[in-house]
Amino acid sequence: MVGWLHSGGSTYRWKLTVRLITDSGPIDIRVECPMTENHPVKPQGGRHNLDPHLDRYAARTAGMTASEIRALFSVASRPEVVSLAGGMPNLAALPLGTLSTQVAEIIAEDGLVALQYGSAHGIPVLREQICEIMALEGISAHPDDIVVTVGSQMGLDMVTRLFCDPGDIVIAEGPSYVGALGSFTAYQADVVHVAMDEDGLVPEGLRAALEDAKKNGRRVKFLYTIPNFHNPAGVTLAVERRAEILEICRTYGVLVVEDNPYGLLGFENQIYPALRSLDPDNVVYLGSFSKTFASGLRVGWVLAPHAVREKLVLAAESATLCPPTLNQMIVSRYLSTHDWKGQIKIFQENYRERRDAMLSALEQQMPPGCSWTHPDGGFYVWLTVPEGVDTKAMLPRAVTARVAYASGTGFYADGFGSRQLRLSYCYPTPERIREGVRRLAAVLESEMDLVRTFGNVKSRAISGPESPSPDTA
Amino acid sequence: MAERTVAVLAGGLSHERDVSLRSGRRLSVALRGQGMTVEEWDTDAGLIERLRTQRPDAVIVALHGGEGENGSVQTVLEMLEVPYVGTSSQGCRRAWDKPTAKALLEKSGFSTPNWVVLPHSTFRELGAQDVLDAIVERLGLPLILKPDQGGSALGTQVVREATELPAAMVGCFAYGDTVLAERFVEGVEVAVTVVERENGPEALPAVEIVPESGVYDYTSRYTAGLTDFFAPARLSDESAKAVGELAVAAHQLLGLRDISRTDAIVSADGTVQFLEVNLSPGLTETSTVPMAVEASGASLGSIFGELVSRAIDRRS
Repeated sequence: MVGWLHSGGSTYRWKLTVRLITDSGPIDIRVECPMTENHPVKPQGGRHNLDPHLDRYAARTAGMTASEIRALFSVASRPEVVSLAGGMPNLAALPLGTLSTQVAEIIAEDGLVALQYGSAHGIPVLREQICEIMALEGISAHPDDIVVTVGSQMGLDMVTRLFCDPGDIVIAEGPSYVGALGSFTAYQADVVHVAMDEDGLVPEGLRAALEDAKKNGRRVKFLYTIPNFHNPAGVTLAVERRAEILEICRTYGVLVVEDNPYGLLGFENQIYPALRSLDPDNVVYLGSFSKTFASGLRVGWVLAPHAVREKLVLAAESATLCPPTLNQMIVSRYLSTHDWKGQIKIFQENYRERRDAMLSALEQQMPPGCSWTHPDGGFYVWLTVPEGVDTKAMLPRAVTARVAYASGTGFYADGFGSRQLRLSYCYPTPERIREGVRRLAAVLESEMDLVRTFGNVKSRAISGPESPSPDTA
Repeated sequence: MAERTVAVLAGGLSHERDVSLRSGRRLSVALRGQGMTVEEWDTDAGLIERLRTQRPDAVIVALHGGEGENGSVQTVLEMLEVPYVGTSSQGCRRAWDKPTAKALLEKSGFSTPNWVVLPHSTFRELGAQDVLDAIVERLGLPLILKPDQGGSALGTQVVREATELPAAMVGCFAYGDTVLAERFVEGVEVAVTVVERENGPEALPAVEIVPESGVYDYTSRYTAGLTDFFAPARLSDESAKAVGELAVAAHQLLGLRDISRTDAIVSADGTVQFLEVNLSPGLTETSTVPMAVEASGASLGSIFGELVSRAIDRRS
């Protein structure tokens, strides 16, 4: 910290340095005033601070700073770089010709409805269709208990808004979806991560975390979970664990928020029973058309018990007035005229091919000491690197080598994740995926060389967002 | 001014791509305000074709880092005989490498903090701890580490304790294979823009940089509000003159052209210490060059408009 001290008609520059050494080490405070009589500074000239609103921002904006890591993702958008960082679905298989006809028809036949405000609840016919889709996962619901949202991201934001006061705890898997962590931060909730293994969230860990919170008198509002083909971890919550997780949450009086954008993207067309189907009254379910149809339409939904749903509608109204009518109608018409299940099968096939390319490339290329998850659906592989390598510190090297990934630290609220990284296989072709893994392996070898030279080191904190924006391929 | 068409090269594939895109955007807006027709081009496989077929009156290199500052892009422009604003390929090769720039300036009698430059291989082959100990012995603490070729403070770290060095080295080597370790000098940090005009290179008013965190790192540079600036810098007349002279000398000694920005520290006893010179300085909303331009009473558009004319005249 630097500053100015005015005294006796002169201006001095002082510097205050505070270093706290943890675990009962000494606190070291230095005040330096390096000015002499012949100091080179005198007050003059125009002071600029480039943000006139600096002292008006809310406390929740603290993390909204420019980030070196985020800037590197700008390079990832160049075609020379194989980006395994983003989570953009591959839409190439969509029947664009048919869709464009349908969109024109909607405007021609129903333009005055399509282009007008609708209800914050969402259009009825779409809500009925959503019920049919959720029935595939064992959910039996009434269309009125569904609220259509502008993407399930908005749904999550609304649910957090309804339940979390600043300082409340949200339990999330460790790691968890970066967009969710962003929502929780926006409402100033504290996130407690609970570890997963290859079968998903570990029940004992959940119990321990809840017990811990109770002992410390902290209020846990909900468990946020992505049970199927987890983003970023790629794992799926074992069916045998689902009832136990629900039971634990009921015991501790904690709501469950089930986020399920990938549920229909199992590569063997396998569908797991939704948590909501096992416990309708204590689960809020978030669904999305982003991965099964079209992400840019921004149509998702929340299925909630009726009392919650009432409040959600009010919250949604004050956020967006209503979800886009035209886009809902596009989704609805698509569902009623197109073999959407067949389309999902095509997506499954495309993503399976890419998953296979990635897993075989990892098998062939990765240096010893690495391990990774084996997803049976969805978009992501979660890779653990050898001890001593810091995946955040390694990213600039990767970019130089023309490959990008998302460092694990972006998926934790507590600084963990520097030994992991997320690889997305959804967007690039299988050849590009193999090339990307080849480049990544070379980067890892160089980084491990560096670790051998300098030893295991914990790199410095870098502020600001650490994940690519959603439109990063 | 005659109707001119200008291509601004921005983006590229270096770590500073994001900053470059923003520089290019702001510059393009400023030039359009001068009545020029401006296009923003990335440096990709289509560039040479575009240059040949569209034949802009001039090109401005707003690339930061990598091919845009090491002379490569400049070489291509020279081969194609395209008039361009910025340092020539030869000047780039001299100035882009920080240690080379420091050595040249020191030889000419200017002060620059003590430094060493070493590649990763030296640490690996001779043993990191021994080499690090030797560095601390030679330079003392605090130190600042920088990639020897780079910008926007990427990879730059201040090290105050020897125990922090290994981690700082790893972080710095992520950006390149060679690290510059330099004595970290406390003092007033200034950035001095030099623009070539009718009578030769002229130093604009120095801009004083006061980051809230104490270190002018990437976040402090590109998050509006985290750094205070004073333009002109709050320097004594003597010091202001000295930094201006240093910047002009750097510009000339290194064979730079059109525009450059020298970063320096004025320490407590009035010594002006050269840190580095930037031959394609940032032009973003948070960059110091536009501030210096405004403090001099000019505008970004008018200054670059002049430079475009000079570039065109040079070619013909």
